Amino acid sequence: MSSQYPALIVAVPLLAGLLVFIAGWVNKKWCFPIAVAALGISAYSSIGLLFRVINEGVIVYKMGGWDPPMGIAYYVDHLNGLVLVVVSVVAFLNAIASKRSIEDEFPDNIGAFYSLYVLMVTGLLGIVVTGDAFNLYVLLEIAALTGYGLIAMGGGRGPLSALNYLYMGTIGACFYLLGIGYLYIMTGSLNMVDIARILPDLYQSKAVMAAFIICMVGVWIKMAFFPLHAWLPNAYTYAPSASSSLVAPLVTKVMIYVMIRLILTVFTPEFSFNILAVSQPIVWLAVIAIVMGALLALKERNLKKMLTYIIVAEVGYMVGGAWLGNRVGMTGAILHIVNDALMTLCVFMAVGNIVYKVKGADFEDLQGLFRKMPFTMGAFVVGAMSMIGVPPTCGFFSKWYLISGAIQAGHYGFMVALVFSSLVNVVLFFRIFEICYYEPFSDDHGHGDEHGHHPEPAMDEAPVTMLVPLFVIAVILVLVGLYTGDIVNQIIDVAIPKGLV
Amino acid sequence: MADIVSTVVANYNYWIYITLMMIGLYAIIAKNNLVKKIVGMNIFQTAIILFYVSIGVKKGATIPILEHAHGGHGYGVVHAAEYANPLPHVLMLTAIVVGVATLGVALALAIRVYNEYNTLEEDEILAQIREE
Repeated sequence: MSSQYPALIVAVPLLAGLLVFIAGWVNKKWCFPIAVAALGISAYSSIGLLFRVINEGVIVYKMGGWDPPMGIAYYVDHLNGLVLVVVSVVAFLNAIASKRSIEDEFPDNIGAFYSLYVLMVTGLLGIVVTGDAFNLYVLLEIAALTGYGLIAMGGGRGPLSALNYLYMGTIGACFYLLGIGYLYIMTGSLNMVDIARILPDLYQSKAVMAAFIICMVGVWIKMAFFPLHAWLPNAYTYAPSASSSLVAPLVTKVMIYVMIRLILTVFTPEFSFNILAVSQPIVWLAVIAIVMGALLALKERNLKKMLTYIIVAEVGYMVGGAWLGNRVGMTGAILHIVNDALMTLCVFMAVGNIVYKVKGADFEDLQGLFRKMPFTMGAFVVGAMSMIGVPPTCGFFSKWYLISGAIQAGHYGFMVALVFSSLVNVVLFFRIFEICYYEPFSDDHGHGDEHGHHPEPAMDEAPVTMLVPLFVIAVILVLVGLYTGDIVNQIIDVAIPKGLV
Repeated sequence: MADIVSTVVANYNYWIYITLMMIGLYAIIAKNNLVKKIVGMNIFQTAIILFYVSIGVKKGATIPILEHAHGGHGYGVVHAAEYANPLPHVLMLTAIVVGVATLGVALALAIRVYNEYNTLEEDEILAQIREE
């Protein structure tokens, strides 16, 4: 059984995605249990797989028994073992948490929603687990197409935002495909390990350099790296809460995983950082991404939209960290994939609860929320602290690695940008806390109250099914922070090739 | 000058795909109508499919099927040089499917946008959003 984990991770949600759709016609009540069971099996398999990888080393799974490079092989090493756990656990928790808001927002389309949800997770998990460059493209499009559907389900401005996302997403995926085409011309192979074996003799070739750059641009569009980020804020803001708390933590992070995979496995760090000699400008682009993301977030008056701009800044963190070209920076970038996915999930789930109760996330809607929804806001504070980078939450540790990496590389611009963005996050989140805590709850009688004080708003908390996953993720944020040393030593350190110092 | 011309002519397939790609990209960026943008996106995808198909082609090569292989008088040795490379073509079957699916999703979204705003012109939609 455990030898089949790599296939189960993808196959179970894929089949469940189709089953859920059929179940939606028969009885809508079946959709949720099937989807959660499938995601649970995926999460269980990926956790089992990570422990197997830690004990036994890299696992190669040959699809259908065909040997690579002819057949498609799934490789699981420490890097994608870790990302697999993050993706599957985030998807599983969010599926449980969003049950009520899905029933609330689109009661007629529950089957379609869960089907898209599970298929999107299939695509994301497939991108992470596959060892075949073209297979990755197909799974990329599976994740993207279902993502457009999930975002458009919101109605209102949702479909328009999804359509704009679709143009950009398609261009990004096409660029990736084009880059793989050039690699195929040069190497005659699509298997990542096989390409990596053939490439070193061709590193001076212009076509290989073009392939690398084109792939990178494609992946950057997909991850909303700053000048290419225009699709992200609207798409994530106007998506229904259940979709945005799935899409926001995972899609950008999985694309950063793809970038790191290209840098480390398909090409070597030697090629990416030394032969190509583009690290400096890319880190400067990351600096601009961080600063602009932070500034654009300051201007927003809607909590959800503010958070989407923070994502744009966080993408800058990870791209910059990966391109610093040293081991510490790369460790920070990989650790931040984990941390950012978890803390983005935490804050977006909290926003989901708020939207479920208050029906809006504009700053005016947030007044008095600490009294009204103390548990949700408690978890939100933990997520916000992690985004700011307060120990012992996990956000602190990855930021620490990123800043150490920047100092080691002598790239002080990147360091300043990281500190600047943390300070802006402090302003952003404490402004939210202030509104939620001090400003009176805008209930019906604010002026006519003769006693001169506002009535205590009654507590009106989100249902337990939404609160428990939120607490779980808030606790995980702290736990991951406390066990950062183990994660770095046992997993991330092994994942980075020895050549990178 | 003759050098450049001969390079361009020898690699005409690449020039065609780049031209098509740029036409598609131009339509996505510059066109005002959402459906025209979608068509541009499709041209963009098709350009890459054309690129892949063209790299599998060889002069004087035939389809990669053995003649009379089961009759006993088939070729003893398979010469790869005699056959076109089928792999890029097979890959593009998948890419075509992806392209059709993307087109379908895009048109479905365009219908939803039309129902919402009663127009497909981007500037009119943006004007309506600003009014809200």
